[in-house]
Amino acid sequence: MADKEPQQPEELPIVLVHRLPSFKIPSDPSFRDQLRSQFHMLDPHESPEPYDSFLARHAPFIRVLMTIGPSPISAEFLERLPVLELIVATSAGLNHIDLPACWSRGIVVTNASLAFAEDVADCAVGLLIDVLRRISAADRFVRGRLWPVKENYPLGFKLGGKRVGIVGLGSIGSEVAKRLLAFGCTIAYTSRNKKQSVSFPFYANVRDLAANSDVLVLCCALTKETYHMINKDVMVALGKDGVIINVGRGSLINEKELVQCLVGGDMGGAGLDVYENEPNVPKELFGLDNVVLSPHCAVMTPESFEALDQLIVINLKAFFSNKPLVSVVSKE
Amino acid sequence: MAVAAENQSQPPQNDLPYVLILKPPAAFSIFGDHFFHSPKFQFLKAFESPLPLSQFLLTHAQSVQAILTSASGSVTADTIRLLPHLGLVVTTSQGINHIDCSECRRRGIAVAGAGTIFSTDCADSAVGLLLDVLRKVSAANRYVKQGLWSSQGNYPLGNKLGGKQVGIVGLGSIGTEVAKRLEAFSCSISYNSRSKKPSVPYTFYPNVVELAVHCDALIICCALTDETHHLIGKEVLSALGKDGVIINIARGPIIDEKELVQCLIKREIRGAGLDVFEHEPDVPVELLALDNVVMSPHNAVCTTESLEELRKTVVGNFEAFFSNEPLLTPVPLDDLPHLSGHILQGEVRYSMLQGEEEMMTKSCLLMVVKNPDRSFCLFAS
Repeated sequence: MADKEPQQPEELPIVLVHRLPSFKIPSDPSFRDQLRSQFHMLDPHESPEPYDSFLARHAPFIRVLMTIGPSPISAEFLERLPVLELIVATSAGLNHIDLPACWSRGIVVTNASLAFAEDVADCAVGLLIDVLRRISAADRFVRGRLWPVKENYPLGFKLGGKRVGIVGLGSIGSEVAKRLLAFGCTIAYTSRNKKQSVSFPFYANVRDLAANSDVLVLCCALTKETYHMINKDVMVALGKDGVIINVGRGSLINEKELVQCLVGGDMGGAGLDVYENEPNVPKELFGLDNVVLSPHCAVMTPESFEALDQLIVINLKAFFSNKPLVSVVSKE
Repeated sequence: MAVAAENQSQPPQNDLPYVLILKPPAAFSIFGDHFFHSPKFQFLKAFESPLPLSQFLLTHAQSVQAILTSASGSVTADTIRLLPHLGLVVTTSQGINHIDCSECRRRGIAVAGAGTIFSTDCADSAVGLLLDVLRKVSAANRYVKQGLWSSQGNYPLGNKLGGKQVGIVGLGSIGTEVAKRLEAFSCSISYNSRSKKPSVPYTFYPNVVELAVHCDALIICCALTDETHHLIGKEVLSALGKDGVIINIARGPIIDEKELVQCLIKREIRGAGLDVFEHEPDVPVELLALDNVVMSPHNAVCTTESLEELRKTVVGNFEAFFSNEPLLTPVPLDDLPHLSGHILQGEVRYSMLQGEEEMMTKSCLLMVVKNPDRSFCLFAS
């Protein structure tokens, strides 16, 4: 869409950039050019005017905001934007946004799941293969020059035939399921509601799912209901050889109890990308070969960031031309 | 079971036929000597004898009808020639490059292997290694466990697996399982094999260099033969390029390891995932310090479940052999294509008259010709 002459910013549709000062708009130059050439990006932190007065002055015109990373949006903040209709989030997880407050105002929220889902699923599967087949541990064995010393390495476990329970069968959970089916795993799930179009067995609560699974993969959102949903009861139900993979949010799991189970040998292993208090990871996990730790990078590939940039531009353009949005987060 | 006294041939202590083991298979170290036990045969363990191997073989030559070997134990023509009653070699591996199959074929000795027991575990390993290299799983795991995430910040980005072009070298049972898994990640699959496979939906390239040019990752799933020795060398690695990844779960010597090490050090390829090496268990020391390599100690097949399958298969093959029943997982020895058209320097042993016991030996040139019915002829000069 090449204009004969660049439009004045004031003529372009307004988008508020909502960010904690330490977070920035994605830095790719072509992304920033696309944004600034099509939208009037209002960034309070780039203005010399005090934040509150800047916001109050522009509020009557702000229908869309883009929120960067985990910059929080509370009900009180929403009250300062009376004509807000759309929030475009740049993460998959939205526990930093008061979603019920948005929905009761009729504000639509889109997230990054569509851009991130495949990479997160790849990470979840990578962690699972690593835990079951001890790939990182084997790599450490070879690097430690233990192989020539005729010490035979502990066996891994076959993936095929494992019963995988997916907690949260959204876009990420579906991509995980698709991959693990190709390895010969069987899939069951729990979700807020049974999904009519899906043929995998559904369990109404995570404890029942755990009792019928060898592996749990956590792909759901962190909400009041899901906080610490994986606790000692669930881990006991999963069993002594059970494996948990977490690519959701750290607080889905009661981390203290997880550490106790793992250290005590009461679980088969765990693959974790997220933690309750990042970047601090319980040190007791460092020495465990059946635990694979990843520094919250399940989404982090150049390809997914590019996909996210495109997703943001698509949704902003769609909104201002009354076209359908993608990656909309709904109550279901 | 006591072994017969070493300095004279004696009949077996009981009626059970003997299976010779030259070197203990890995399963013995993991599970103990009784792992392949059966009430229908007994083991003769050369490795437990103080005698040098050749003497041990001479002593027991008349008793041995079968051999149990593993990937790390060669069964050479020399060994085979010392065992006149040998009828079967069973290996605990899927690969058979360590067995002199030409000699077996010549003698009518059957060979049985692991069949396709290990194909899914190998494929799982291959994909696991590929994910690990691309997404830096092991390297990031090390980083976090050293406490560096909280002190030094985020780990460098990995790269997406989905959408990558993956080239499979050798589309046999393992290669097919790898392809099936990678399709679920939305990778596009192409391959090189001895011949194009008409019923397969993947793109075929007639040689590995061309395959490498068109791929982001190469996965080595083929057998080690004379043709595939050092198949992956400087030319293929250059063609793969600096964003390329190579995964080897087949046999170390398929890759020119010296070249690979240099490419990895100089970052001329992105990374490698290796379960096998040219001189196991020795691993090039330069690799131990690199973050773009993931290594495992030739255990891609070692899962509890598969080893139990292996146990049943090995025991089942010997029991079938000794009861004159069909083997469970025979390896067809007819298909030795790497020999066809070759001129070999060989020896012919012959007797002047039929039935004469004394054999003479003559060196000559032999040409190997494959017949339409897949049998072979040897023409001697």
